[in-house]
Amino acid sequence: MSTTIEKKPPSEPKTSFFSARHKKLLGDPLNDNNPITVQVLGICSALAVTVKMAPSIVMAIAVVVVCAFSNLAISLIRNIIPNRIRIIVQLTIVATLVILVDQVLKAFVYDVSKQLSVFVGLIITNCIIMGRLEAFAMANKPWPAFIDGVGNGVGYGIILVMVSAAREFFGSGELMGYRVVPQALYDTGYFNNGLMIMPPMALITVGIIIWIQRSRNRKLIEDK
Amino acid sequence: MDKDSNRFTFIFSSIMVVVVAILLSVAAISLAPFQAKNVRIEKMENILSTVGIVAQNDEAEKLFDEHIVHQVVLDVDGQPTTADVAAFEIDLKKELDKARTGKASSQLFPLFVCKKQADTFYIIPVRGKGLWGPIWGYVALESDMNTIYGASFGHDKETPGLGAEIDTPAFEKQFSGKKLFNDKGEYVSVETVKGGAAPANPHAVDAVSGATITSDGVSEMLNRTFTSYLAYFKTKRTGADQLARSN
Repeated sequence: MSTTIEKKPPSEPKTSFFSARHKKLLGDPLNDNNPITVQVLGICSALAVTVKMAPSIVMAIAVVVVCAFSNLAISLIRNIIPNRIRIIVQLTIVATLVILVDQVLKAFVYDVSKQLSVFVGLIITNCIIMGRLEAFAMANKPWPAFIDGVGNGVGYGIILVMVSAAREFFGSGELMGYRVVPQALYDTGYFNNGLMIMPPMALITVGIIIWIQRSRNRKLIEDK
Repeated sequence: MDKDSNRFTFIFSSIMVVVVAILLSVAAISLAPFQAKNVRIEKMENILSTVGIVAQNDEAEKLFDEHIVHQVVLDVDGQPTTADVAAFEIDLKKELDKARTGKASSQLFPLFVCKKQADTFYIIPVRGKGLWGPIWGYVALESDMNTIYGASFGHDKETPGLGAEIDTPAFEKQFSGKKLFNDKGEYVSVETVKGGAAPANPHAVDAVSGATITSDGVSEMLNRTFTSYLAYFKTKRTGADQLARSN
């Protein structure tokens, strides 16, 4: 659960918008350094909002937006933030963004915002966001910080969508609210798995995803 | 200036707070109309759901105008008033507050008259207290002013899995067919009963297990609300009573 401060090499030449380094910033959190499956951050919201796909996609987008723009904002003012109150400053910016996202959801996707209820507000406490602010945005320029935020938000979102797809498919026989398990199968005695709707199955699904990822990704296998 | 000095820290935090406050106020004010519209639509959907009309977002307003043929506002004596407020705009919370602040005589009670095909239903909004916060709902009565056709409930922050169960179809469905008046025409309301209501009892439904206070809140809310409408029911029921006596 630890994050290391990624200091930029001091004499880096001017980089283009999508240099190899930026691609790495974007790509790393998707797999090698995924915030959920590798850093094991932001688990509680991942468990709570993944019963259906639609709310988890909205939640994923919300986290991407908050993560990217809080990284950007902190990075822009990183040189003038008084060191002693930096955590409070980070928290204020994250909270502001979360309230904005919550208000926008309430105005334009009311149904989904009711389903997500308190979890949008709890993005404030999502360790991924504060972690990236402390570890990356405080020490990097705005554009890389923005990309890093998008990368980590998407890394979180991918897992959310995968877990919710599995849970909705096995738990309700639907995907995005559309029935995909044919009625014929139910007629032959197939049942939706009620356990998949319960929170514990989210944890087990995340565990299975971590297992598959570790068995395929050699870099993640720890030395004995 | 030294960015770690006390002076700079104060200046920095003051500016930050002002900027954030302005940003949030602008957002709140500019989004308020959209949010208010969503709340209105949700209220329409809830009212319509008691008579079994399911409205998707966009149709709610159209269906509401189509089916709700009358909006009646009653005064404390159960007489329709000519108050120039639509029943839909009445804030039940404010009306209930009036009772607590000694202005009970000016309370208003909204009622929606709904036509679905040939049937007429009377939809009554209810509001009461749960365990953690307010609970509310809508109850549709058939035109005999006695039989409940359907009910829908909502809550703010009842415990998930316990009190929050009152807004599930399983709980709401129980109310269909229940009666407010007994065979003698006396008012008895509908109660939630712990440990399960006898299926034949027309005045009781199963309480939610483990949610005594929320369930009692539902009973209290229904009983109190219907009491306020009794005089109005009477004017509508005279016809029905005579019919029953002549049988």
